[in-house]
Amino acid sequence: MSDEPRVYPPDTGWKDLAPGGIVPQAGNAECYSVAGWRLVHPVRDNEACIDCLFCWLYCPDSAILQEGGSVKGKPIDMVHCKGCGVCAAVCPKECIKMVPESEAAEQGQTG
Amino acid sequence: MGKLIPMEGNQAVAEAMRQINPDVVAAYPITPSTEAVQIFARFVADGLVDTNYVAVESEHSAMSACIAASLAGARVMNVTAAQGLALMWEMLYIAASMRTPVVLSVANRALSGNINIHCDHSDAMGARDAGWIQLWGENVQEAYDNLIQAVVIGERRDVRLPVMNNYDGFLVSHSYELMELEEDAAVREFVGEPVYVRPMLDVSNPYTVGALDLWDFYHEHKRGQWEAYGPAKQAVVEVGQAFGERFGRYYGLLDPYYLDDADLVIVALGSTAGTIKDVVEQRRERGEKAGLLKIRCFRPFPLEEVADALSSAKAVAVMDRAAGFGSGWGTVYPEILTALYHKGLVLPTVDYIYGLGGRMILPEEIHQVYDELAQVAAAGGTAEPLRWLGVRV
Ligand code: SF4
Ligand code: SF4
Repeated sequence: MSDEPRVYPPDTGWKDLAPGGIVPQAGNAECYSVAGWRLVHPVRDNEACIDCLFCWLYCPDSAILQEGGSVKGKPIDMVHCKGCGVCAAVCPKECIKMVPESEAAEQGQTG
Repeated sequence: MGKLIPMEGNQAVAEAMRQINPDVVAAYPITPSTEAVQIFARFVADGLVDTNYVAVESEHSAMSACIAASLAGARVMNVTAAQGLALMWEMLYIAASMRTPVVLSVANRALSGNINIHCDHSDAMGARDAGWIQLWGENVQEAYDNLIQAVVIGERRDVRLPVMNNYDGFLVSHSYELMELEEDAAVREFVGEPVYVRPMLDVSNPYTVGALDLWDFYHEHKRGQWEAYGPAKQAVVEVGQAFGERFGRYYGLLDPYYLDDADLVIVALGSTAGTIKDVVEQRRERGEKAGLLKIRCFRPFPLEEVADALSSAKAVAVMDRAAGFGSGWGTVYPEILTALYHKGLVLPTVDYIYGLGGRMILPEEIHQVYDELAQVAAAGGTAEPLRWLGVRV
């Protein structure tokens, strides 16, 4: 009910979890980071991008962020991007490259 | 007052379901439990219950529908056996993990292969670690009484677990016995109004069930589930006592018969316990201190109580109607040994695998077990602790 936590902190002990493995509050998927699942990292060539928004539309995790109908130069939400590569596959300009997470980290791009 | 009438086990189960009037029954009939569902479906068609009867396309779907309906806030029931229970397998674990108090009656039957429709306990024994409370009835009356109690046990706020009401296929499901059918109003009063905890259809209090649960929380969730089985055991005792006070038939975790001073004890569950009771009386007439320990509640396993009950025995035989292939034993025997060990009790024990696929178990064979047990007790042990009873060589 409403006094129950929306998110359980990672160090929550078993006695503090609601029975039945439930998450007591709804609408909290945004609080869950899937960054740890990612092996490859989308990197956009903003020069080549034509702002067609295909990547924004197809991203299964709403991780491509847009502002005023434009994604060009905007960040990608690296908490919710799981590195599936759908954005790169649908881009008509092939301007999204999936680079290994380690390389992205070297370039300071980890979310 | 109830009335005494002859009934089959399946009929008694269907009658109990009619009296309880569950919100949802989702079932896929299977021998030897078919009749219970068939009779109940007629009650639905005749308007004798308010139940939403869901005819599903498989047992897997049946249990899925039961879990969903229970989460939605319904009192839910189902009946199955053997392959039907096996097809529900993954959903059995989910029902317990999600803490849905679904009540499932099981007319115990052998698992294939080869194809067999008759009684043994391999179906429910295979599901023994799925997290369900397991009650085991000996006869038609107990199949009826256990079903009524199952509703109250499972729904208790400190329990919230699914309950399996086991009764032997054909031997109980299709046997007519004189039983006491209680009045509808009395049964309804005993089970009370359903206890709805967090019904999912309450849209003002939304929550998430069945979320992805990885290395970070799954371990803690299972630890939490573990905690429910203490209160569950307590609930079996308390509801059995309350049932006795209301209807005159008292139930507990165990059902001892001539046990207090018994030297030679057989442990059994299901209808064979009835046969053993007759044999115990015959042996007592001869002056032998024979006794029976019937396990009524196998899950949660009454470890302390079993050890206490067996503490003064000279030798113990365990009747196993399911083979634990590869374990070297039946399925009940290792649990009995665990109970004894934890109490520091070392005594001669023998495991008998018997009655698979409906193989008849006769009083003469129970006599044979007591005869052999007397020898084992005298010898202080045996080099042959696992024996197959009634098997051709
Ligand atoms: S890799 Fe997948 S999750 Fe990440 S931004 Fe692209 S489409 Fe979205
Ligand atoms: S699909 Fe490619 S071109 Fe279109 S907006 Fe996304 S990155 Fe730019």
